[in-house]
Amino acid sequence: MRDVAVIGVGITPFGELWNKSLRNLFTEAALAAIDDSGVDRIQSMYVGCMSSGLFVGQEHLAALAADYLGQRHIPSTRVESACASGGLAMRLGYMEVASGMNDVVLVGGVEKMTDSTGPEATFGLGTAADQEYECYHGITFPGLYALIARAHMEKYGTTREQLAMVAVKNHKNGANNPNAQYPFEITVDGVLKSVMIADPLRILDCSPITDGAAAAILCPVDMAKKLGKPIIKVIGTGHATDTIQLCDRDDPTWLEATYLAAKQAYAMADKKPSDIDFFEVHDCFTIAEICVMEALGLVDKGKGGPAVEAGKTAIEGKFPINPSGGLKSKGHPVGATGIAQVYEIVKQFRGEAEGRQVKNARIAMTQNMGGSGASTVTHIFERE
Amino acid sequence: MPTPSRYWREIPQRYRYEASRCTGCGKIFFPPRLVCSACGSREFEPTKIAEAGKVMTYTVIHTPPQPFVDQAPYAMGIVELDDGVRITGQIVDCDFSELAVGKRVRLEFRRISQDGKAGVIFYGYKFVPEI
Repeated sequence: MRDVAVIGVGITPFGELWNKSLRNLFTEAALAAIDDSGVDRIQSMYVGCMSSGLFVGQEHLAALAADYLGQRHIPSTRVESACASGGLAMRLGYMEVASGMNDVVLVGGVEKMTDSTGPEATFGLGTAADQEYECYHGITFPGLYALIARAHMEKYGTTREQLAMVAVKNHKNGANNPNAQYPFEITVDGVLKSVMIADPLRILDCSPITDGAAAAILCPVDMAKKLGKPIIKVIGTGHATDTIQLCDRDDPTWLEATYLAAKQAYAMADKKPSDIDFFEVHDCFTIAEICVMEALGLVDKGKGGPAVEAGKTAIEGKFPINPSGGLKSKGHPVGATGIAQVYEIVKQFRGEAEGRQVKNARIAMTQNMGGSGASTVTHIFERE
Repeated sequence: MPTPSRYWREIPQRYRYEASRCTGCGKIFFPPRLVCSACGSREFEPTKIAEAGKVMTYTVIHTPPQPFVDQAPYAMGIVELDDGVRITGQIVDCDFSELAVGKRVRLEFRRISQDGKAGVIFYGYKFVPEI
């Protein structure tokens, strides 16, 4: 397999973008990535999107996206793996370049969520769980993560305040992200007094409903060197699945798919968790970031809450998590999130992350998760 | 909304708690599967899930999906039944302050939701405190 580099990235603002359509969001991010990379052509593309069919009534997104990007006739593939759709698009694009099949591949992600009403969007997101045996009974995504949170609190003594501290930290980072949906700071007290969604999770524990898109251009490292681009290399990737129903897992607090996908990426990159300078992870809910840091091996099982409280995940901490603001502050256009994580890695490596810059970062990891943890895609990147 | 056939197909599980036991390793599946995820066997015998168990974790849903808007707030939990099978459902007839991990509950047949005023009424199991 060939070594693969990320040579360009693009993103739209994240938010409630009433005047932007699904197709224009994607095209805007893809054009920005193409311009950033300096390439004059792409040979193939992948579009991560969870549910354009339910949110906008538009399927066959791969062809539409290529058409509106002015790339009619090139192979274009839509990738769906719930909220991990973007990360999986990245992985498939990586594989296409690494295999030698094509040299210049665009990987993107998009979600247009605010064309749906709140209940419609809740239903659409719910399709990432088991329709017949979870959703049928009235569960929601905040509800599933609330079940995880309650179990974590019971088993390990994780506190309600520690959950809130995840959101507070991510908003502090996101306040310095010009593309974030909610670029402002919040307080622990504010989280604890916010509206209850699914006990014990409140609205400020939950990532928002967001419109947005992100894209990246991949090519072989040899080609990137000829183009004179700074080399940001993909050195590891992993992908794993777990039971679709949360209740079918031995331990609802343990994200086995994340553990396995991370293990693959660490092995491929020949790195261990302590080698990674910062992480962009899937904090769809505050409890998710705590479970993810345990599954990635940053802390022992059950120690995620105390690690957040001790400031270890802050930008200046031992293992910074979500300098971008994460899904919580930056926003979570589900299909775009996995690529938006890659965007943040590249901005950080280039030293263009302004007030949220992680100093001297050279190795970073992304973790993008679908459903209540039934899919996870990981990547490790290195700046040469 | 589901067609009647999509609803009807699941009735053996929702009304009668029908499950399958792997003849290779004994693991019970609810709903039944075509291949055992534990041992790979494709041979099963019919069985039923236990009708009581204990709450493993729970939540109270305040922001429900559309079909449940008139029921919120309502409690939901994952229950480990006495045969080891775990299922997700609503916990009813129980004050929220009495919800607890380890609480004993049993299955009871109830109305779950309905498809508008003229559509299908959906039935199935809910958890109620064991007396």
